Amino acid sequence: MSFELLEKFRDPELCRKILDKMRSELDGELRFMEVCGTHTVAIFQSGLRSLLPEEVVHLSGPGCPVCVTHESEVNAFLDLAEKDNVILATFGDLMRVPGHNSRNLKKAQADGARIKVVYSPFDTLKLAKENPDDIVVFIGVGFETTAPTIAGTMKMARQQGITNLRVLCFHKTVPTALEALLTDSMTSIDGFILPGHVSAIIGIEPYKFIAEKYGKSAVVAGFEPLDILQSLNQMIEWRNKGEAHVANNYTRIVSDTGNAKAREVMYEVFEPVDALWRGIGEIPGSGLEIRPEWDQFDAKKEFGITIEEGPALPGCKCGDILKGIKQPDQCPLFKKACTPANPVGPCMVSTEGSCAAYYKYKLD
Amino acid sequence: MSDKVLLDYGSGGRASQRLISDLFLEHLGNDELNRLNDAAELAMTGRLAMSTDSFVVDPIFFPGGNIGSLAVHGTVNDVAMMGAIPRHITCAYILEEGLPMDDLEQIVKAMGEAARHAGVTIVSGDTKVVPKGAVDKIFINTTGIGDIIVDPAPSGDAAKPGDAVLISGTIGDHGLTILGTREGLDFEAKVESDSASLNHLLVKLVQELPEVHVLRDPTRGGLATTLNEITTSSNVCCELVENSMPIRPEVKGGCSILGLDPLYLANEGKFLCILPQEHADKALEIMRNDPLGKDACQIGTMTDANPGKVVLETPLGGKRLLNMLEGEQLPRIC
Ligand code: SF4
Ligand code: SF4
Repeated sequence: MSFELLEKFRDPELCRKILDKMRSELDGELRFMEVCGTHTVAIFQSGLRSLLPEEVVHLSGPGCPVCVTHESEVNAFLDLAEKDNVILATFGDLMRVPGHNSRNLKKAQADGARIKVVYSPFDTLKLAKENPDDIVVFIGVGFETTAPTIAGTMKMARQQGITNLRVLCFHKTVPTALEALLTDSMTSIDGFILPGHVSAIIGIEPYKFIAEKYGKSAVVAGFEPLDILQSLNQMIEWRNKGEAHVANNYTRIVSDTGNAKAREVMYEVFEPVDALWRGIGEIPGSGLEIRPEWDQFDAKKEFGITIEEGPALPGCKCGDILKGIKQPDQCPLFKKACTPANPVGPCMVSTEGSCAAYYKYKLD
Repeated sequence: MSDKVLLDYGSGGRASQRLISDLFLEHLGNDELNRLNDAAELAMTGRLAMSTDSFVVDPIFFPGGNIGSLAVHGTVNDVAMMGAIPRHITCAYILEEGLPMDDLEQIVKAMGEAARHAGVTIVSGDTKVVPKGAVDKIFINTTGIGDIIVDPAPSGDAAKPGDAVLISGTIGDHGLTILGTREGLDFEAKVESDSASLNHLLVKLVQELPEVHVLRDPTRGGLATTLNEITTSSNVCCELVENSMPIRPEVKGGCSILGLDPLYLANEGKFLCILPQEHADKALEIMRNDPLGKDACQIGTMTDANPGKVVLETPLGGKRLLNMLEGEQLPRIC
C-alpha cells in the first residue's frame, strides 16, 4: 500500500472528529479488548491511549502468541534444547521467554545447546539438509497467521525427501479463545478489536458467534489510529442502538472470506485439538495438532512429549492480564522484579506483550 | 603484495613493513606518522578531550561510506561534542586473514580522506592479522584527542528546564542503511548513511554560542536513547513533538516495512544541541548555514514535568513515554 494512503489513516483532524463524536455518543463504560499485540503497540505508540475518553477502557487480550504459550510448552522446548542430537529452530521472540527456575533458550544456548533463530520456517529446510546427522526441531508457536507457512514447510520437506525435520506444534486458534473469555465469569468485555493478520486467513465467519451467541460486537481493524477509532466508534453506536455485529473494517487487507488456500494447506496438515493457554487453562478445540498422516514430522511423538497443566510461574499475573481482569501495572512485580531486561513472565518479553507495551509507552 | 591479507602481514617482519609503507603510509601518512616511532610526540597543553571507539560494523561497505571513514567520523565527532577541536587520532586495525587487499585499500583510503577533511592527523597506528574466523573481516579502533575551547565544556548533565532541544538534521538514515544493506533489502527509494565529521560546524557553533549546555551525537540506540541518557543525568524532562522530527520519507517508509522505529536508529552525522531557548534561533541559523546542518530544527523542550523521562507528543496530540531501548532493535518477524 502506498505511504500516502497510510498517512490518511493517521490524519489528526479526522481522528479528533471521531474522538469528539465518541465523547458525545458515549453512554456509560465501553470495555474493549484487542487481541493482537500489534494493536496493543499501535494504541500506545500513536498516543491514542492517552486521548481515549475515560469511559473507554482498553484491555489487552491474549493477542501475542508468545504470551499465551503455556508454561509446560515452554518447559518442553527448554528440555528439548538440552538433547545432544537436536538443533532447535525458532523465531527470535522465544529466545528470552522464561520457564521455571528462570531457564530460557538464551541461557541454554550459552550452555552449549544448538539453537538457530530463523526468519521463516522455510529456513529450516536448509538447516535440516546441512545437518543430516541431527534432528532439526522447529518450535511451532503462533496463530492462524503462522500455521499455514509451517504446514507449507512440512509439505515441501516431504516433497524434498527431508527426514530429519520435526515440528513441535503448539499452534493455537484465536476464535476459540475469545469464546473462552466470553464465558469466563471474571471477565467483562463489551467488544473486541479483532486481529488483522489472523483474520486475513480465517475471514470473519468464525467470529460470528460473538454477536449471535453472546450479544457483543467485534470489528476486524487495521493498525492505524483512524482504523482503531472508527471501529471503536462503530461498537459504541451499535450498543446505543441495542445491536451487536461482527464486521470487517479492514477491507483494504482482509477479505470477509479470508484466504481459502492458506486454510486448505493448514488443515491438510493440522487438525483441531484441545490446547492449554497460559493463564486461561485448557480450551477445547483451540489448538492445532499434526495429523496422523504427517506424524513423521511430529516432535511430540518422536520425543514422547506430553503437555499437562503444571504450576504457574510464581508471582506472575500474566493470566489475569491476558483475560483483561488486571492491567499490567496492577501486577505487584511490574517495573520492580519484572522489567524487559529481566522479565518474569512472557508478557514482558515479547515486544508485543502488554506488560512490555505498558513499560515502554505508558506515562504514569 | 598478495591480493589477500595474509597472516604474515601482522608478523612485524618484512611483510608487515611492506604493508605499512605501501598502503598505510601512502594513504594516512604525515610528518609524525612517517617517523614510525613507537609512540607519537605531541605538543598539547591545557584542557584536552579524548575519546576512543571500536568499529565492528557489518557490512563494512555501505551506501554513504565504509568502516574506514566511519572510524574517523565517529571518533572526531565524539571529541568535538566536548566543545573541542579534534587534533590527532590513532588507529588500530584487526584484520581477518583472507580479507581482499582491494577492500583494505579502499577502507584505508577512505580513512585518509576523512581525516584530511576533518583536519586531524593520524599520529599512531597498529595492524594485527588474526586467523580466519577470529574477527569478522575487519575491526578498527580509533582514539582521538583535541583542545577544548569553551569553559565549561558542554556536558550531558548540564541540560536545564527551559532549554531548547535542537537536532542538526534528519534522523535514522545511517541505521536504516546498515540494516537494509545487511538484510540485502533493496529499498525503492535510496537511503544513504549520513556518516560525516561534524567538527567544523560544532566549533563554529560553540565559538559563537558558548552558552550551549549539551552536545551529543545520537549514535547507537538513536535519538531516544541519547535523550534518555541526558534527561537521567541532568534530571530534567524532555518533551518532544513527534511532528517536528525531521525524518526522510524514504526512511519512514523503510522503517514501517521492517517494523523499526527511526527514533531508535543510529545516526553518524547528526548532533543534538541543547541550550537556553533564547539562543535557539541563533544556533539554528549557524547550523543551517552549513550543509551538514541544513535540515536543523527544534524538536522539543526541556521541562521539569517528569524528571528523568522523555515524553513524546504524537501527531494525534496524545502523549506517551519514549523509553530506552532494551537490547537490540530487530526487524519484525510476523
Ligand atoms: S503474531 Fe501477528 S497476529 Fe499475533 S499479535 Fe503479532 S502481529 Fe498480531
Ligand atoms: S509484569 Fe511481569 S510478572 Fe507481572 S504479569 Fe507482566 S510479565 Fe508477568
